[in-house]
Amino acid sequence: MYKFNYQRPNSVEDALALYKTSDDPKFVAGGMTLLPTMKLRLAQPSDLIDLSCVADLSGITETDDTITIGAGVRHADVAASKEVDRRIPALSNLAESIGDPQVRNRGTIGGSIANNDPAADYPAGVLGLNATVVTDRREIMADDFFTDMFETALLPDEVVVSVRFPVPKRAAYVKFPNPASRYAIVGVMVAECDSGIRVAVTGAGPCVYRFTEMEEALNKEFSPQVTGEIACEPDGLNEDIHASAEYRAHLVGVMVRRAVAAAN
Amino acid sequence: MRMKVQLSVNGRNIEGEFEPRTLLVDLLRDELRLTGTHVGCDTSQCGACVVHVNGRSVKSCTILVAQTQGSQVQTIEGLADGEKLHPLQAAFKEEHGLQCGFCTPGMIMSSVDLLNRNPDPSEKEIRDWLEGNLCRCTGYHNIVKAVQTAAKNMRN
Repeated sequence: MYKFNYQRPNSVEDALALYKTSDDPKFVAGGMTLLPTMKLRLAQPSDLIDLSCVADLSGITETDDTITIGAGVRHADVAASKEVDRRIPALSNLAESIGDPQVRNRGTIGGSIANNDPAADYPAGVLGLNATVVTDRREIMADDFFTDMFETALLPDEVVVSVRFPVPKRAAYVKFPNPASRYAIVGVMVAECDSGIRVAVTGAGPCVYRFTEMEEALNKEFSPQVTGEIACEPDGLNEDIHASAEYRAHLVGVMVRRAVAAAN
Repeated sequence: MRMKVQLSVNGRNIEGEFEPRTLLVDLLRDELRLTGTHVGCDTSQCGACVVHVNGRSVKSCTILVAQTQGSQVQTIEGLADGEKLHPLQAAFKEEHGLQCGFCTPGMIMSSVDLLNRNPDPSEKEIRDWLEGNLCRCTGYHNIVKAVQTAAKNMRN
């Protein structure tokens, strides 16, 4: 790693103030992506601003129709949360399927969505469940949050404070993991929300996306049989040593069908 | 710019000034000479470097010393009670849960975390939990057996 300065503020205000006075700072939460990136010298921040001691980013709270997860809550704690498991078991399963136990012990929901890796699990959870990302200055709907590969609507100095999930009528997350990394080759969150069915796909394309044709079909009839009638085109999908675009397109159909069956 | 960090390693108070880029595994191995914690891949995949920070298993090649300020760290060296092996260490020996032994400290530290949370895991739960620990010798069967044996011994 190149040299950097390290700061660990206790409040969002202090974190923002440190950001302003640093040359080329980066926020770090669990560091499960940023530290490996820095070790490979693909990132070279002048200052790391560690958000792990900011109390406002911690905790899971629930209301009658929402679950709100602090940005600093680790994957293992989402997976172990009785509230999350009772209200949105699909989200609990998603958190439990990320990486391995040691990654889940460090990685956070805020870090995952701010990074927006095209194969990460949480973006599908946030988009599929129609969540709202709460930052230090505004609220961003999931539909507006994930903009492109590793790109989000966040401003450089904007801090994710929490993610608010409306409790769906039913939902399921199913993924076909890369057997080595457990990143999603294709992962699908299917949810029935107040506004109707939502289908969010991660791993397949450059950025998490909603499969709107599938949503329309499932809105008419929510059954696994319907999913076979909608074609998944490989155009624009990712292609690498793990899976061709055609194979990913095929997997999207299979994962949607399994998720619908699991949610039914 | 070096920074002051205080933490506890196997119950011993450690205070020092470190460069912010110092990884926990480098402190353990290079400064404290606790070389039971291994570096395999150095890319947070193989799990040879697993230690506990505040009772949770983490990969010590992917956490900065600075991030452990005020923490309790436990390594493989802190597991035995004097000459008496921890039940997991004893079970790995008993069940031939190792061949070359390189992955063993990480396997054991990871398994201790599992059994702390789940004293009676199924074979599938053990295999799922050890997802982040790679072994290139054993084919995992005896490792799983060792965890099952230790779980049984720790429950009795």
